Amino acid sequence: MNLPEASRVAVTAIGANRLRSALTVLGVVIGVMSVVLLVAVGTGARNEVTAGVEDLGSNLLLVVPGSFDFGQAPTLSKFTIDDVEDIQRDLGDQVSVSGNLASGETVRAGSVSAFSSVLGATAEFDEVLNREVVRGEFLTESDVATGRRVAVLGSSAGAALFPDSDPIGKYVTIAGLRFRVLGVFDELGAALGVDRDSQVVVPITAAQRLFGTRRVDTIFVKAPDASQLDPITDRLRAVLSERLDDSEFSVLTQQEILGVAGQILDTLTLVLAAIAGISLLVGGIGVSNIMLVSVQERTREIGLRKALGARTRDITTQFLVEAIVLCGVGGVLGIALGVGLAEAASTFTPLPAAVTGWSVALAFGVSVGVGIAFGTFPARRAGRLDPVVALRYE
Amino acid sequence: MTPPPVVEASDVTRSYTLGKGADAAVVHALRGVSFAVQPAEFVAIIGPSGSGKSTLLHLLGALDRPTTGRLRFFGRPVEEMDDAELARLRNTEIGFVFQQFQLLTRTSALANVALPLVYRGTPKAQRRERAAAALRSVGLGHRLDHRPAQLSGGEQQRVAVARALVSQPRLLLADEPTGNLDTVTGQEIMDLLRGLNREQGVAVVVITHDQEIAALAPRQIRIRDGVLEAAPVTSAGSVASEQPLAPVAAPPERGA
Repeated sequence: MNLPEASRVAVTAIGANRLRSALTVLGVVIGVMSVVLLVAVGTGARNEVTAGVEDLGSNLLLVVPGSFDFGQAPTLSKFTIDDVEDIQRDLGDQVSVSGNLASGETVRAGSVSAFSSVLGATAEFDEVLNREVVRGEFLTESDVATGRRVAVLGSSAGAALFPDSDPIGKYVTIAGLRFRVLGVFDELGAALGVDRDSQVVVPITAAQRLFGTRRVDTIFVKAPDASQLDPITDRLRAVLSERLDDSEFSVLTQQEILGVAGQILDTLTLVLAAIAGISLLVGGIGVSNIMLVSVQERTREIGLRKALGARTRDITTQFLVEAIVLCGVGGVLGIALGVGLAEAASTFTPLPAAVTGWSVALAFGVSVGVGIAFGTFPARRAGRLDPVVALRYE
Repeated sequence: MTPPPVVEASDVTRSYTLGKGADAAVVHALRGVSFAVQPAEFVAIIGPSGSGKSTLLHLLGALDRPTTGRLRFFGRPVEEMDDAELARLRNTEIGFVFQQFQLLTRTSALANVALPLVYRGTPKAQRRERAAAALRSVGLGHRLDHRPAQLSGGEQQRVAVARALVSQPRLLLADEPTGNLDTVTGQEIMDLLRGLNREQGVAVVVITHDQEIAALAPRQIRIRDGVLEAAPVTSAGSVASEQPLAPVAAPPERGA
């Protein structure tokens, strides 16, 4: 019996037992769907992180507390505003330096309130991080030097707090203190899971007073171009080493952040794929089980086919093809469902999901592989049946 | 040179081991059987249940191998053939008709009849053509697309006969072909087999426990307790007695 013939017989057999076939396939459908969907979620997260980091620009350096490594617990910062000034002085005017300190706070304007990330920043913040103020203006050097209580609102924070009026010149209240609104940022969208449009930026000195600390959390350094990153990194290290231990800070390039973030997300994707793989395995066991029942039920048919001239190989092929067709159909349905759900997830939820070609191909390949792996045992059993015994089987 | 017998058994035995280990019991289903079926012969094998006639049929149908003794198909010993060759022999030279019809319920009469050709790699169009011709030859040309459930018992057995014939075998084995049919329909099936034997020259072996059915065969062989016995004179008269049982019987006289 050739392959098209075997496929026809398989489809007939599957069609003859629609409900059972459908339930058997369901296990594979769920398994394949999980693989496609979970890998899409993992990939989506990775894409978002990559985009977010790349958004910062390739000539940006990030100074963070502690050592930045996969699996490292966050360390409390030991940077101060003096470090920011030292760095700026050392690197000169070609290089922009911004120190930041952030905390979640409730921001009020009259009766309206919004929970925002209140970000203390220096006057170079907008230039270093490519932020554009569309209305009003950004913080000045003197605002930062004197710790003046002024604020620049993210686009959605502005819209939320002042739905009907122009916020410029009005006041917002943060932790009981009034801040005058200087300007509003252009819309940016989310990055790294942070809604940057809901941020409220205030002078870092004002933020330190507000939060009761002298700390600076992170320092951004923008080089004139990417080729100067190495010498600037060396200078940064030298400046910071004068006051801090080497283990108390790290200087990171965009590539390094991507490397570590990618490592985390690859592990996440792998874990998700492994969980999905287990459900696919369970689906395969279901197929094996039903194929065994099917072989048992069709013992007489097998006997008859052998009496009519079917060889062991013909019978084995017939049942193996049946298992593969079952799994293949399950694979196609699972992929359709997985892609559909991934699309729905990225449309209707904040969860980013990006379906990748390799995961679809892999899922289909694996489902056919499951058919072969779990169909072989029942198929061989069918092929080995003794025709005399099989024909008499009741 | 005379052609070799279709099938020839020489002192064939077949025993089964039932159970395992200490409880194992050996059943001797056939205890030394010798006889031959010549081309275009019509033979009835009669015996009560448990006589070994089914075992004999399975051996004659190349579904099974003897425990000892020699079994030859067209002069070729089965011990020289592997399982795939036996499958090929069943496919091309042997047709089966079973008491239970053994039709695939999910497919049409036409597809059932075409089934043996599938295992021979015959192209689909040709399969349909030959299956339709076989069904017409058993008088079911108007029932090609009916499923077994839509056919009467007699019609189902005719489909089974057509299936046995579609590969133009030289040996047709019928295992209680009338066992599930009423007397009149059974008679019709026997007439059909007789006609095919006469017109197409296919050797037919009918296994039955029914004396009246056996009496329709020119040659009768009686089996009891795994050995062959001389056939008794039956109600149909002299036919049986004219064909004395011999280890290797000569082909029946034929007015050719």
